[in-house]
Amino acid sequence: MPIRAVVTLAATILVLVLLVSFRTPPSTSVGTLPVLPPAASSSHSPTPATTPAGSPPAGGGSPTPTPNGTGLRNGSFTGTDFPNFYGDVQVKVVVSGGRITDIVPLQYPTDRPQSAYISSVAVPLLHDEVLKAQSAQIDIISGATFTSDSYAQSVQSALDRARA
Amino acid sequence: MGTVIALDVRDPGLPEEVIDSVFAWFRQVDATFSTFRSDSEISRLSRRELGLSECSRDVREVIFLCDEVCRRSDGCFDIWTGGRCDPSALVKGWSVERASQMLAAAGARNFFINAGGDIIARGRPARDRAWRVGIRHPEQTDRLAAVLAVSDLAVATSGTYERGEHIVDPRTRNPPTGLLSMTVIGPSLAYADAYSTAAFVMGDRGASWVAGIDGYAALAITEQHRTVWTEGADHLIVRDCPTGVG
Repeated sequence: MPIRAVVTLAATILVLVLLVSFRTPPSTSVGTLPVLPPAASSSHSPTPATTPAGSPPAGGGSPTPTPNGTGLRNGSFTGTDFPNFYGDVQVKVVVSGGRITDIVPLQYPTDRPQSAYISSVAVPLLHDEVLKAQSAQIDIISGATFTSDSYAQSVQSALDRARA
Repeated sequence: MGTVIALDVRDPGLPEEVIDSVFAWFRQVDATFSTFRSDSEISRLSRRELGLSECSRDVREVIFLCDEVCRRSDGCFDIWTGGRCDPSALVKGWSVERASQMLAAAGARNFFINAGGDIIARGRPARDRAWRVGIRHPEQTDRLAAVLAVSDLAVATSGTYERGEHIVDPRTRNPPTGLLSMTVIGPSLAYADAYSTAAFVMGDRGASWVAGIDGYAALAITEQHRTVWTEGADHLIVRDCPTGVG
């Protein structure tokens, strides 16, 4: 990873993220979801403490190791139905050298816990980062997104439980 | 619950206001097209409270494009199922395409927009290479099924796994069979988005249907876990990536 660290200093990219509610089938579901281990965050740069990346959501089920060698673990979460729960969320994600180094909230509904909103955005992005890290110079991920209802809701539920 | 829209502009000096206007656009799209807001134009159209002629220009444009894809796909893409109107499978790509035009008009040349896996990639991230798009494996979520190198192209992927969303065959109301995921690459993300849904519904013959459309290519993952692609996609596939195909 030392080469990556050099790249980190060389280039900073700005990514803005907006959660909007179109294409949002409300659902109640139980999903098995990958949870990022601490290693998923960049070792050479600060990771926001508000993301659950370093701490699998407590009370969210039973994380189990997977044999794939990526260090990703699975956990079972029970999602809750929150139609239009997220509303408008906008965060600024600062990416350096292909790694997220900072996540700054720009806009979020004030009646919800801020960290949950940031996490709902940060977790899928960090998950993408893990995927990108496995292959050389992957810039973008197409396909399944972990912003699915069950995922976002599970993260939310897990965070709620963790705070309780 | 929401689509994460990520914007990555590599050109220095793009004014913040341009970024703000792009995100204001997405909010406007959400307010207009959300099927989960009872006051959206689409919801009102769906309830027949509005006639199409009373709808905004944007809504009429989207409905027109959806009708075109419906005809072209022999009904495999149909926004009027179950008596409701849901153009979401085209709106996301369409709105990203509009956003990319806003960025280009402001002088951005090298950027991507990724709205929940639907992507427009313009220019290049670095002088010596194109954008590399990883296609997520439909079943092993921590794996890539393929890697594509694209420049000035749109990429859209549909699949059963996508956002927990259940794509149904509008003709039979059953879940489609044959494919795990369908990625369509082409010049327009509005069309690529809708084509990927239609081709996913078509199953085994989806890729060849896409190949028959000028300028569009397909990469599909079959239920037998084979990755297949049309000739038009062949030169886009990155073969030196460990998770790539070929």
